[in-house]
Amino acid sequence: MTDTSIARRGGGSASAPSGRPRRSHRPQKASGLNPKLIPYVLLIPGLAVIAALLLYPMIQVFVISFQKVGIPQIRDVNPKPADWVGWENYTKVFENDIFWSSLRNTVSFAVIAVTLTLAVGTAVGVLLNQLSKRMSTLVIVGIMSAWAVPPVAQGVIWRWLFDAEAGIINWALNLLPDFLSNALFGRADWTGEPWTNEAFTIYLILILMVLWSSFPFVAVSVLAGLKGIPTELYEAARVDGSSPWRTFWQITFPLLKPVFAVLTILSIIWDFKVFSQLYTLMNGPTVREAFNLSVFSFSEAFKAPPKMGSGAAIAVILTIILLIVTAFYVRQMLKSEELR
Amino acid sequence: MTTLTTPGVKRGRDAARTRKRLRKIALNGTATLVFLIAMFPVYWMVSTAFKTNDQIFTTEFIPFPTSFTFEHLDRVLTEGVAGNSIWLYLRNSAIVALGTVALGAIFSLLAATAVARFKFKGRTSFLITLLVVQMIPAEALLIPLFLSVKRLGLIDQLLGLIVINVGLTLPFGIWMLRTFVAAVPKSLEEAAWIDGASRMTAFWKVLFPLVAPGLVATSIFSFITAWNELIFALVLMSPDGYTMPVALQFFFGQRGTDWGAIMASSTLMTIPVVVFFLLVQRRMVSGLVAGAVKG
Repeated sequence: MTDTSIARRGGGSASAPSGRPRRSHRPQKASGLNPKLIPYVLLIPGLAVIAALLLYPMIQVFVISFQKVGIPQIRDVNPKPADWVGWENYTKVFENDIFWSSLRNTVSFAVIAVTLTLAVGTAVGVLLNQLSKRMSTLVIVGIMSAWAVPPVAQGVIWRWLFDAEAGIINWALNLLPDFLSNALFGRADWTGEPWTNEAFTIYLILILMVLWSSFPFVAVSVLAGLKGIPTELYEAARVDGSSPWRTFWQITFPLLKPVFAVLTILSIIWDFKVFSQLYTLMNGPTVREAFNLSVFSFSEAFKAPPKMGSGAAIAVILTIILLIVTAFYVRQMLKSEELR
Repeated sequence: MTTLTTPGVKRGRDAARTRKRLRKIALNGTATLVFLIAMFPVYWMVSTAFKTNDQIFTTEFIPFPTSFTFEHLDRVLTEGVAGNSIWLYLRNSAIVALGTVALGAIFSLLAATAVARFKFKGRTSFLITLLVVQMIPAEALLIPLFLSVKRLGLIDQLLGLIVINVGLTLPFGIWMLRTFVAAVPKSLEEAAWIDGASRMTAFWKVLFPLVAPGLVATSIFSFITAWNELIFALVLMSPDGYTMPVALQFFFGQRGTDWGAIMASSTLMTIPVVVFFLLVQRRMVSGLVAGAVKG
């Protein structure tokens, strides 16, 4: 009876000798609850939180995206009910140039940042695997400290590094010989160069910052994967005279494919939604050309005058894009043992 | 040492040794470079926090704060920003993060046990839901939750922020903890049952201690997420209820930027997380129950 309602995970190895009556598998004192109900009772709090704070708002944001919700609807005194406007929010958003630049920013940033993060992270992971124990621990502690820095603090730190007057980046660029600086950038004096006023340079900083803060996670995950690969494989490759590059693509990469799949999808999810770093970098939703979809949605909904409906429409579009991008991953998880 | 005058065989062996040593130097050199690049922004934040304004606002490069000062720390802790001392924002952040951890730990432990220990109708659907809700961007939840919180009169309540953070962290928390629960062999609990323990006793005395490292790992994740959360705190709170991420936004004024104060504040916000994280990192990895049943 009880056994049918219980998943037998890892229970096979040390179960009671077959001579014993099966009943002894059950707890002696009945808990007074039908065992079939126990999992549901355990799930109640978690399910309630998820339903109230994630699922219900998800439906609501969809509804709001078809409504007009502004000051008259959200004011405290005598609020008006929301007007149903059909697809109007969506058509207006699609006519807005900022939407298209935001979409372009979101996608190109994700592609560049994910590629760089995975490449650098993997390289550092492979490097860590070759180091002595003490050296690799030291480097791991260092890079993981960078990873642990809160996103808002990251934004603040990198703004300071790229500060126009006293930033260390402008100081370093001033060190370049004038002829080289002129040839490369068409200028020799960098003092006063503002980096956070323009979309291109904002994204340059953002990419560097996100790379800096997220490659450690990739490196450490790759290192953990590498530790699981038997060294005999590498010895065999060495005996056969395989180059390190070839060894990586013929042995390491195929064996670590599952690790890379998870890391890629996680990086995509994180980089598509980047908000805090970008928001801090440009000090709020200021440079419209530098918006991504997250910041654009926020700006529409919460910058005066609030246009919640159109903010919701942008959020719905971002969600749909994310779900499509990650559908592959969810299907992969469904097929695998993970859910059984 | 390699001496080039030695005869043939030894010379070959020496060359191999030299190559090996060069390789080691190259590896360690690259590793040191990676370490320095990763640490530099953090170091620069901390060192700026302890420099005098003369050494901050300069076009020269001053690697160490030779004019070491506590004036910025002192200023942010007394004058602060947006009308309050940084203490208040640190306290708010701590309340929200710890509240999120406490509630989240209980909820995720119960749900993870249900999913990892029982087979029941709707289990797969629940797991799919967990996976899918993690893809939802916070911005999509922001608008409806803002309207609901406003309607419920919970604006400017730290409790409201805690509850929302629990919602944001719970799906991943359950997802992560579930593998820890599943890793504890069922036979351990069954042994306790045979010895006459009730389900509850077996849970608390057997399962719980073994899952504790997993719970620590999950809690760290929730703590960091809640500590770092910007967008909900920004929209739902007024100055007295701001958390650190929101407070940091207010340093950038019209009349130049007080970099010493910003770096002092962001140091205060960063150091606890980094230290906390580094302290438990080893336990996170070494945790689990390797060899609890099999000797």
